[in-house]
Amino acid sequence: MITALKFTLLLLALAFAQGLHYNYIDELDKEAGTVRAVQASQYVSLWPLPQKVKILDLSFKLTSFNIVDAKESSAGSSCSLLQDAYRRYYEYMFGIAKRQGPRKSRLTGPSELTELQVWITSPDSECDGYPSVTSDESYELSVDLPYAVLKAPKVWGALHGLETFSQLVYEDQYGAKSINSTAISDFPRFAHRGILLDSSRHFLPLKVILANLETMAMNKFNVFHWHIVDDQSFPYLSRTFPQLSQQGAYHPYTHVYTPADVKMVIEFGRLRGIRVVPEFDTPGHTQSWGKGQKDLLTPCYSGSKPSGSFGPVNPILNTTYDFMSQFFKEISTVFPDAYVHLGGDEVDFTCWKSNPDIQKFMDQQGYGQDYKKLESFYIQKLLDIVTTTHKGYMIWQEVFDNGVKLKPDTVVHVWIGGGANEEMGKVTAAGYTTILSAPWYLDYISYAQDWQKYYKVEPLDFDGTEEQKKLVIGGEACLWGEYVDATNLTPRLWPRASAVAERLWSAKDVTDINDAFNRLSVHRCRMVAHCYDILCICISFYDKL
Amino acid sequence: VAAANFGRYTRPKFNLVLLIILQLSLHTVEGVWPLPQSFTSSTERYPLNPKAFYFGYGRQSAAQQDCSVLDAAFKRYFSLIFPDYTSDNLSVSAGQASLNAETVWGALRGLETFSQLVYQDDFGTYFVNKTEIDDFPRFQFRGILLDTSRHYLPVQAILKTLDAMAYSKFNVFHWHIVDDPSFPYQSRTFPDLSSTGAFHPMTHIYTQSDVRRVISHARLWGIRVLPEFDSPGHTQSWGKGQSDLLTPCYRGSTPSGTFGPVNPVLPSTYQFMARLFKEVSSVFPDSYIHLGGDEVDFSCWKSNPDVRAFMQKMGFGGDFTKLEAFYMEKIVNITSALKKTSIVWQDVFDYHERVMLHIWKGTPASYKEELSRMTKAGMRVLLAAPWYINHIAYGQDWRNYYTVQPLNFSGTEEQKKLVIGGEVCMWGEYVDATNLTPRLWPRASAAAERLWSDEKQTSSVDEAFPRLQDFRCKLVRRGIRAEPLHVGHCKHEYQGV
Repeated sequence: MITALKFTLLLLALAFAQGLHYNYIDELDKEAGTVRAVQASQYVSLWPLPQKVKILDLSFKLTSFNIVDAKESSAGSSCSLLQDAYRRYYEYMFGIAKRQGPRKSRLTGPSELTELQVWITSPDSECDGYPSVTSDESYELSVDLPYAVLKAPKVWGALHGLETFSQLVYEDQYGAKSINSTAISDFPRFAHRGILLDSSRHFLPLKVILANLETMAMNKFNVFHWHIVDDQSFPYLSRTFPQLSQQGAYHPYTHVYTPADVKMVIEFGRLRGIRVVPEFDTPGHTQSWGKGQKDLLTPCYSGSKPSGSFGPVNPILNTTYDFMSQFFKEISTVFPDAYVHLGGDEVDFTCWKSNPDIQKFMDQQGYGQDYKKLESFYIQKLLDIVTTTHKGYMIWQEVFDNGVKLKPDTVVHVWIGGGANEEMGKVTAAGYTTILSAPWYLDYISYAQDWQKYYKVEPLDFDGTEEQKKLVIGGEACLWGEYVDATNLTPRLWPRASAVAERLWSAKDVTDINDAFNRLSVHRCRMVAHCYDILCICISFYDKL
Repeated sequence: VAAANFGRYTRPKFNLVLLIILQLSLHTVEGVWPLPQSFTSSTERYPLNPKAFYFGYGRQSAAQQDCSVLDAAFKRYFSLIFPDYTSDNLSVSAGQASLNAETVWGALRGLETFSQLVYQDDFGTYFVNKTEIDDFPRFQFRGILLDTSRHYLPVQAILKTLDAMAYSKFNVFHWHIVDDPSFPYQSRTFPDLSSTGAFHPMTHIYTQSDVRRVISHARLWGIRVLPEFDSPGHTQSWGKGQSDLLTPCYRGSTPSGTFGPVNPVLPSTYQFMARLFKEVSSVFPDSYIHLGGDEVDFSCWKSNPDVRAFMQKMGFGGDFTKLEAFYMEKIVNITSALKKTSIVWQDVFDYHERVMLHIWKGTPASYKEELSRMTKAGMRVLLAAPWYINHIAYGQDWRNYYTVQPLNFSGTEEQKKLVIGGEVCMWGEYVDATNLTPRLWPRASAAAERLWSDEKQTSSVDEAFPRLQDFRCKLVRRGIRAEPLHVGHCKHEYQGV
């Protein structure tokens, strides 16, 4: 049974490798028999590739195996984050059916590995805390007799180490779980490795979000950027302003995220070392806000009369800022992360231009016809409000481009496709930290292996000093929701986002596309086998046999 | 109480006449996909009580209780129409809808239409509006190709696809069952083909009972199963279990160790093919077999001295298309003797006349020219070129599939009649069970309407949009993971992960 599973994995990997274009006009690879088979990578199937790996040709059996706390560890059995992770990874590796208590009485052979000891070395394990952009995610893994040791300063590194350990386990030709003698020393290249999901253009049921967090952990992503509301719908159920979702969601009960839902997402993420950064994008992208909050949006005019339609948030009313103060006060208590994403992108000025009150205000302020100044006026006030909640903020690049005064710890999010490199140069030259998304808009699909395109991106490939490059703290793969909902999210995101994951985690010189292909093929089957997809083909064969 | 009656008429189409005379109230009718040929509905609506509703056979119907196709269909459609049937307290109503069709296959299409007419109000009550429909398909062949060689598709994934096909009134499952990468069909006569040619000899094969299951499931949905055993090219996986079947390629004067297309010069090749196709024609009941015949690469044949000697002997000179024609002729003869009609990919046109052609390549201008040329020669054709749905793109590419005009080529009325239908192809290079369904639906449904409905009535892609969005939500409600067309929501979102 187990051999069959292994074989299935291999075969699926092979199938993934077929590059033949049957009946395809391009006539690529037309020659019969040029099937590219997956070669065994020297790094087995590790993904993303650790910074330092040494795997020996010496294998141990895992017939009677357990994950335990090391005696010296600063996080003991009271650390439920780790206990949960032990159980989770045990089940990944050995299946739920096999789960049993420690079997200490059993005799073990000479080449048997019986334990993985997890040792948190720093006095503060951060077990009960939340991950942050400064969290230490490093770990060291040594697989050797008499027992394997996973050392990490904090629990966050231990979580990554457990994932790596689980990726090292394989089945020998008789189906016995085995692992080779291995030494790994690992840490991420970038601190911010995110996935953006958009729950406004289509509502994403809670379990889709949770399943995605699980898959993110398998790829060592550590930020879930939750683009939770936008023009199309407002599914966030606010305790302070329940009308927002009551009126602005696709459906007031079935298409909303309740406070309990949000809590669950945050805790589920925390247990996997993933931050949840919510985005409440203003002043544009706010059509759905207007339904439940009167006078928040700017009334557009057609000639001298209101046209009945609305534009961006109205920046000239005091009520707007009262609302924002209360709203972001709530957000700052609901979401524990130190950052909130404030958006600020794609503000359309036509409605502001049409409105006589706005024009009057522009005159009073001496802005002339420069609506960017009005936008900056709004953003400046918003940033001041958010600052009082003791949160840091992330903003889309336009806010920086418009010259808004930003706090030094602001994170500028570069997303515009053309000229992203110049933008990275400019933002970092101005001394701001930045994250990159421009080359990683995964909602733009195309035929064939576009993961290679994402893989080949080098985030620091812009003109700038060493100091500037240090300001690039990472990147995000964005899956905007125009054409994505629960029916197609998983197969659209994975394994394409895995390409981004390795770029952000592994060393800069990890660029061998063939080696990546071989490892990613196996990694894909591993993700399929974890059954996050309804038609989960590897595991269904496992069940059948 | 509603009942469905089925009767036999001589007209080659079926009528769905729904006459339910009950209370009046207002509601705008949701659309039917694909659009029926003639559709009249009023705002009068009648509640349906799941506790009292049933399907029955009309007194004059030629089909009665124990008609397996309809008995099964009644059961299926009851639960499709009332997905969350709970005990309601509706007033007992009397009324009747009648569905008349010449054959059970028409009745199946009519049941599908009826099921799409039923809707629920905000309180969960089921309604159907007073409606009269007269419907028939524009093209008799409306197919979907799945490729189970480049990736293996579990039987469940195939069955689920058959379900969804019926919802869009597709009626042919073109099973591209084997190809270069793998040979999952487990042959009774030549078991080595799958035991060495499949991705895995036990888990990645279709046993005889799997195949029977697919065929019988398809039959109950009114879907034909058209198997394709493509040769002489695309046969690398065949060679693993059948030695001497493929042509050994040469480098200079020695065999290079690689193999090319099927070896057309050996008598043993034709003996093998005769036995294989004899089996295939008994396993698959459809009267058509797809023989492939596309993309034959001549370089290996050219390199082989035996093949060259044969060319000389036959007087083919250096024209390897003649050798290919020679081979295809023999294979077509084999299937003709088995009383099957052959379908081949368009590549074979230059060499053959007793077959139906399958047009798969080219830009719109070039496939139109091909349609013109082939029908002028009196060949019957199937159109697939504009519906290569495995080629994904950002945005609403369904619009391209929808706006195809299959008969918009230069030719006489007689020529146009030779276009018997079309096919949506989902080749498997990048598709397996993880992404098949959202890639196929609802994009294939766009082609379904083109093949079923009247072209004049369905010429506006913008008018089709809301109806297709609504249909997509119906698919999701039925558990089909059909992806969204654009922003928006369904009342019942997909509940899996």
